[in-house]
Amino acid sequence: MSEITKQSLTELVENIKNKKLSSSEVTKAFIERSEKSKVLNTFITEDFTSALDKAKKFDQKPNLDLKLPGIPMAVKDLFCTKNVKTTAGSKILNNFVPTYESTVTENIWSEGAILLGKLNCDEFAMGSSNETSFFGNVQNPIDKNLVPGGSSGGSASAVAGQLTPITIGTDTGGSIRQPASFTGTVGLKPTYGSCSRYGIVAFASSLDQAGPMAQNVKDCALLQEVISSFDAKDSTSIDFKRSHYSKDLTNNIKGKKIGIPKEYRVDGMPKEIEDLWQKGIEYVRDCGAEIINISLPHTSYALPTYYIVAPAEASSNLARYDGVKYGYRANGENLIDMYEKTRSEGFGSEVQRRIMIGTYVLSSGYYDAYYLKAQKVRRLIKNDFDEAYKKVDAILTPSTPSSAFKIGEKTNDPVSMYLNDIFTVPVNLAGLPGISIPAGHDAKGYPLGLQIIGKAFDEQNILNIAFAMEEKINFKNKITDWWIK
Amino acid sequence: MSKKIREYLINRKDNQYEVVIGLEVHAQVLSLSKLFSTSATKFGAEPNTQVSLVDAAFPGMLPVINEFCVKQAIKTGIGLNAKINKRSVFDRKNYFYADLPQGYQISQFKDPIVGEGKVIIDLPDGHKEVGIERLHLEQDAGKSIHDLDPQNTFVDLNRSGVALMEIVSKPDLRSPDEVSIYIKKLRSIMRYLGTCDGNMQEGSLRADVNVSVRKKGSKEFGTRCEIKNVNSIKFMQMAIEYEANRQVDLIEEGKTIDQETRLFDTKKNETRSMRSKEDAHDYRYFPDPDLLPLEVSDEFVNKLKSEIPELPDDKKKRFINEFKLSAYEATILVSDIEIAKYFEEVVAKMGKNKDMKLVVNWITGELFSVLNRKNLEITQSPVSAKNLAILVNLIKNGTISGKIAKTVFELMLKNDEDPQKIVEEKGLKQQSDPKALEELIDKIINNNREKAIEYKQGKEKLFGFFVGQAMKASGGKANPQLINEILKKKL
Repeated sequence: MSEITKQSLTELVENIKNKKLSSSEVTKAFIERSEKSKVLNTFITEDFTSALDKAKKFDQKPNLDLKLPGIPMAVKDLFCTKNVKTTAGSKILNNFVPTYESTVTENIWSEGAILLGKLNCDEFAMGSSNETSFFGNVQNPIDKNLVPGGSSGGSASAVAGQLTPITIGTDTGGSIRQPASFTGTVGLKPTYGSCSRYGIVAFASSLDQAGPMAQNVKDCALLQEVISSFDAKDSTSIDFKRSHYSKDLTNNIKGKKIGIPKEYRVDGMPKEIEDLWQKGIEYVRDCGAEIINISLPHTSYALPTYYIVAPAEASSNLARYDGVKYGYRANGENLIDMYEKTRSEGFGSEVQRRIMIGTYVLSSGYYDAYYLKAQKVRRLIKNDFDEAYKKVDAILTPSTPSSAFKIGEKTNDPVSMYLNDIFTVPVNLAGLPGISIPAGHDAKGYPLGLQIIGKAFDEQNILNIAFAMEEKINFKNKITDWWIK
Repeated sequence: MSKKIREYLINRKDNQYEVVIGLEVHAQVLSLSKLFSTSATKFGAEPNTQVSLVDAAFPGMLPVINEFCVKQAIKTGIGLNAKINKRSVFDRKNYFYADLPQGYQISQFKDPIVGEGKVIIDLPDGHKEVGIERLHLEQDAGKSIHDLDPQNTFVDLNRSGVALMEIVSKPDLRSPDEVSIYIKKLRSIMRYLGTCDGNMQEGSLRADVNVSVRKKGSKEFGTRCEIKNVNSIKFMQMAIEYEANRQVDLIEEGKTIDQETRLFDTKKNETRSMRSKEDAHDYRYFPDPDLLPLEVSDEFVNKLKSEIPELPDDKKKRFINEFKLSAYEATILVSDIEIAKYFEEVVAKMGKNKDMKLVVNWITGELFSVLNRKNLEITQSPVSAKNLAILVNLIKNGTISGKIAKTVFELMLKNDEDPQKIVEEKGLKQQSDPKALEELIDKIINNNREKAIEYKQGKEKLFGFFVGQAMKASGGKANPQLINEILKKKL
């Protein structure tokens, strides 16, 4: 048996079920590795003592019929966890301890998993490098001073660095898939409405979606099976027949039609990304799938559309952080003064930027030109996909236009930062599922990802394609443990 | 009833001004739980005891529409003869305030649940149609309490998230009296429907009042001012009166009226500027992404239509046709659903040979005055419908006189006693035996020979004296009609 923390979720579950490992042993192993990995700054809140207690309790009376029996895992700090501090990476929620549990995490605990702690992320999930977190940037285990991507940077880093066997993130414009791509891990953004948003700190309600992050496709499928559920507490949750994603997982994708959208060949895209995409096309062809060239004509409008819709919703969603009820409060001369001080001290600059953009695009006189137009373009982008799906079963694209960049490299250039999401954002705007799998390395040895976009509610199909490709690609993540002395 | 009501006009030198009024009524939906959460809505609960995580806008909390409130709004729309929109959208109205936990109010802006409708109001000289622009659902805010501490403001979130219906009228009202009648009619319709209790003291019904003035005969509307959040009919009338005169004075002085929001100071009886149009909030309305558009099927609406009870206008027509009441009497009896219910119960209990005039007089006369005196609602009436029916029947069949009936009624107030029993126990039954009465009258004439002679000589006034004597001798129980007949014969 290999080192515990190197095992996949599937292996760990098997070993616990076969009583080769106890939950306590597994939990302890991940905690010990996490203790040695503080340099990565993945955790905002550690819940180790309580995790060990829970593991012990599990071992005393193990329920091995559960899907995640005694499996320890850390989650993005955007999920509200009962009695465990939940910050959303922000100073304004630095002291916030929910009295309630998000539906997604509730689903996880009820399948036997154990909370290790809360993982770092960009403040209110606004960022593509985890550098906007009030709790500092996260190191990518791939290399020193490399960003892990964002906003689920802590989550991606923790999985890649083997501090948690699996995790969950949230994806509003690429926040699961881009960091997965940057860290050589697998990340799935499910169809909008697949996972409940109840208890997840909101960024942009019409785009936010929780999803699994793992070392491989099978683990990802299993976790998706656990977290996806219809929830009456979320009015946008959809009651559709969910597959047994892990049980129904197959590498047989013969005859599947895979679309290659020409608009994703963007100007200035590095050749290695282009080559990777080509390789991906050959892999799926090898698996017996058919390649079809398609067009998604409104792709170039996706990013500007996203940067109107998401900030608009965010500006309203974040109005509740006003110092009145919970969270950070600055003293003020009067109510307005208190608001102004609380919010300018409590929010970081990227969050403030987006609140201002959002407030602007919703203002009277600008609403029609920005917000309303963006909603119309959003509809066109969705129509593009609908048209494409008349001809193909899924779409293959790169996950990101580049590999991970250095910490600080793009912090002063928000637009270049936003460009990171160019391939992931259209998927959120259309409410579709998308998965990023590691597919190769660039010249520096940094991982690169490919994205498979599916039809709505067709997670099983893209998981299958990813599973088949994974086998062909046979990707090995180069983790040198550089941070462990 | 043909007398034409005097037009409400404001006179200045050579000019007469007409007042144009439109109302935005905020009616609290009668519902046990809030619009988007399961918290209770009971009035007068301890502060912050009816607040859920959703109402207090905790991170990650999401609104879920309360289907019952939707039904209530649609029923109200049906009661207002309005178009029910099968698709409506909830929007966020963004602004910061300490008692607005989300930082936005969920309301309906472009696509309300109910569209255009109308309300018929009864005026002394006929009736008038008041147009309804729309009805939409929205959340109430919490309450800021500024007077409990010199330094701090306290916030009570019990009301936060309570469902309100905003009912917007067209600018069809022309006087404070019409406003009063309109509000009462609206309240009456909603109470019939059970969609709003209409309790103004508890804030279940309040209104923003839009007032403008124009020279009589002008077709153009003047610039309007909105008087915010007025919570009684009396204050609405006072505010309109003040505001209309203020605007007329400005015009007379050659000044212009600024479109603005004003507050009514109930102590000083004046309106004051709150904010001008330039300072108006930019609420940045946009569709709430946490909620899907609200879609209702024809089936859903038709089912609700089938549950609509008889409403005041129809009930009035029926009362006039079925019970031969005058329009005036019918209007009073249908004005409140509980009064109408009481009346119909009395009528039902009276059996076949009923005197409708008598019933109406007793309810609107004696009973109303007792309720008024004791400050009671008709539902708390000390006299049950059943016993009032018995009493009226006792008068009708001659068992007691109207005068004795009043005495009996007073006695009934104590324990809602059976009037029949009171009449028997107290021996109040009317003396209608002609023989006994003749004997009684003979005695009186004998004892008052001189007066009898005077009467015969033409002093007709003395007839009343003899009636009085006879009634007195009978302890008030003599049938007055018989007394009259016998006296005429004997004298």
